Amino acid sequence: MTERGAPTPERTRFAQWLRPGSNPRRELLAALIALLVVIAFGSLMMLAAGKAPGHVWSLMVTRTLGDPYLLGQVLYKATGVTLTGLAVALALDAGLFNIGAEGQVTAGVLACAVVGVTLPAGTPAVIAIPLCLLAAAAAGGAVGAAIGVLRVTRGAHEVITSIVLNSIVVGVALWIGNEWLFRGGTTTGGKIAPGAMLPQLGFGGSAVNASLVIAMLAVAAVWWLRNRTTWGQAWRAVGQDPSAARSVGISVGRVQILVMTGSGALAGIAAANFVMGHKHAFEEGLGRGTGLLGIAAALLGRMHPIGVAIAALVLGFLSSGGLAVADVVPKELTEMLLGVVVLAVAAAGPWVRRREALT
Amino acid sequence: MIETLFSLAFLTQVLRIALPYALAAMGGAITERAGVIDLALEAKLLFGAFAAAVVGHATGSPFLAVLGGLGAGMIVAAIQIFCALRLAADQVIVGVALNLLALGGTRFLLQLFYGEGANSPPVPTFGSSLLGNPILWLALVAAVALPFAIARTRWGLRLRAAGDRPDALVSVGVSPVRTRLAAALVGGALAGAGGAQLTLAVGGFVADMSGGRGYIAIAMVILAGWRPQLAALACVVVALAEAINIQLQVAAVGIPSELAQLLPYFLTLAVLIIAGGKHGRPPGSLGKL
Repeated sequence: MTERGAPTPERTRFAQWLRPGSNPRRELLAALIALLVVIAFGSLMMLAAGKAPGHVWSLMVTRTLGDPYLLGQVLYKATGVTLTGLAVALALDAGLFNIGAEGQVTAGVLACAVVGVTLPAGTPAVIAIPLCLLAAAAAGGAVGAAIGVLRVTRGAHEVITSIVLNSIVVGVALWIGNEWLFRGGTTTGGKIAPGAMLPQLGFGGSAVNASLVIAMLAVAAVWWLRNRTTWGQAWRAVGQDPSAARSVGISVGRVQILVMTGSGALAGIAAANFVMGHKHAFEEGLGRGTGLLGIAAALLGRMHPIGVAIAALVLGFLSSGGLAVADVVPKELTEMLLGVVVLAVAAAGPWVRRREALT
Repeated sequence: MIETLFSLAFLTQVLRIALPYALAAMGGAITERAGVIDLALEAKLLFGAFAAAVVGHATGSPFLAVLGGLGAGMIVAAIQIFCALRLAADQVIVGVALNLLALGGTRFLLQLFYGEGANSPPVPTFGSSLLGNPILWLALVAAVALPFAIARTRWGLRLRAAGDRPDALVSVGVSPVRTRLAAALVGGALAGAGGAQLTLAVGGFVADMSGGRGYIAIAMVILAGWRPQLAALACVVVALAEAINIQLQVAAVGIPSELAQLLPYFLTLAVLIIAGGKHGRPPGSLGKL
């Protein structure tokens, strides 16, 4: 970032404190400290609302875990957040902060629903499901690729382009919906072909569905790519030290664009959870918030695919738990805790590292 | 249609829309010139807007409301500096985290204070005359004084040193952290005032009323090569696009409203494609400790 006109792909900031898997004990410690900070902050806010924190937390746990429907809702939330969390973690691994998962989910939801509606009603599942998934991944991937290309060729900061593209994607999706998809006066489009629908998993009629399996497969796939292939080595090398990566012959720009495309595709696949598994249609606002939760899941999960899945469960619990105790404290509390999670993890990582350096 | 674009009312409208953008951009420019990546502008705008509503509603004074906005912006800046410099947390992530916190936090406080999900109770305003609005004067003074202060005063010299060569600052016995904190507090106050303008322009706080303005503002800072007065000017252009869009809606030209609303975002995207991150020279130590 020194010379005028020089592109600025060198960035090692994230990797300096987020070297994934390098020291599992330290990563776990940082995540636990962050969780404690979040619980402490949440308790303070409950006190501010005039409620006893212990009572509210225990109510949140007993109500959520005791009710199969709410438990199912936790899993439903966690399914989407696992996928967006993987998306954000994948990009962070390569030194890029993709906060555009929000827009990529919307793009995926739109594409998935459009393909699902277009398919003839008799399409068998073996054709319909892969086609819809592919459409969702392609749409999300295209948005991610745009961010990556702007970053590599124009040096535009991916956080700013992501946010701008989020607004544009959501606005354009609403326009397409209003113009062509939504049925008379509603904000819901037509139903997708029955073959593209994923079965529900029960849990008292909650929204959790078979895309949970897709999310678990994605966790395994990202883990494998990241730890067992030269691909994974390349993208992590770019994240840790771009100039070193370049000197061993890795095309940094190409890796960054590919990683952003893959990241966007993962976020797009989250559409399976919302469209194919739950609503079976395009709906205004469907999947909103999943991208933001994904940022928190990626950081809390310390970039590790399995960590991300566990973090997604924790965040899904907080999110549904907040609704479960909405009669006691405002449900906005858990929305606020989302920001605290990200802040606490960002601060806890370097703190743990410094403490270890001292002892 | 054409006459409206040259009327005084239209100019007033442009300036009114430009104020939050321009104040946030100038605040972001000083913070970044001191070497701190400022992606928390959105949080400063939002908390500033909320604090203005709370103070304005409680006291009935729009002046105190502006002070509330200033204060909230400074508090957010202080938290940002504490996390980024004392705790050495990643500056980009701190910014995004604070924005998320502001989004949920203002909604939570709205619920807690007023039992409302989306709107605050009405807040007294400065009336329809823009010249009677002290936020306009604050912005104008800032646009003139900041370039001078940065280029010609000791404060400005230290601020630039903190951004470019913090080690040089250390060698003359000045703390870069303290210099950056001071710059960020001034920047936070400006962005907070921009937030107050959001609330005072419509006479109340609305959840998520900043709507991405902080991010657009920081894109304009990059476009302007980290010069506050040019960043403010770029924000006036964004405001012009927004105002023209409102006029187009009134004139019902037939552009879908969902797309017309995206005009500032398309404009920002175009700016990013053309200028990217390499227009002008960023402070040498931007984002480093």
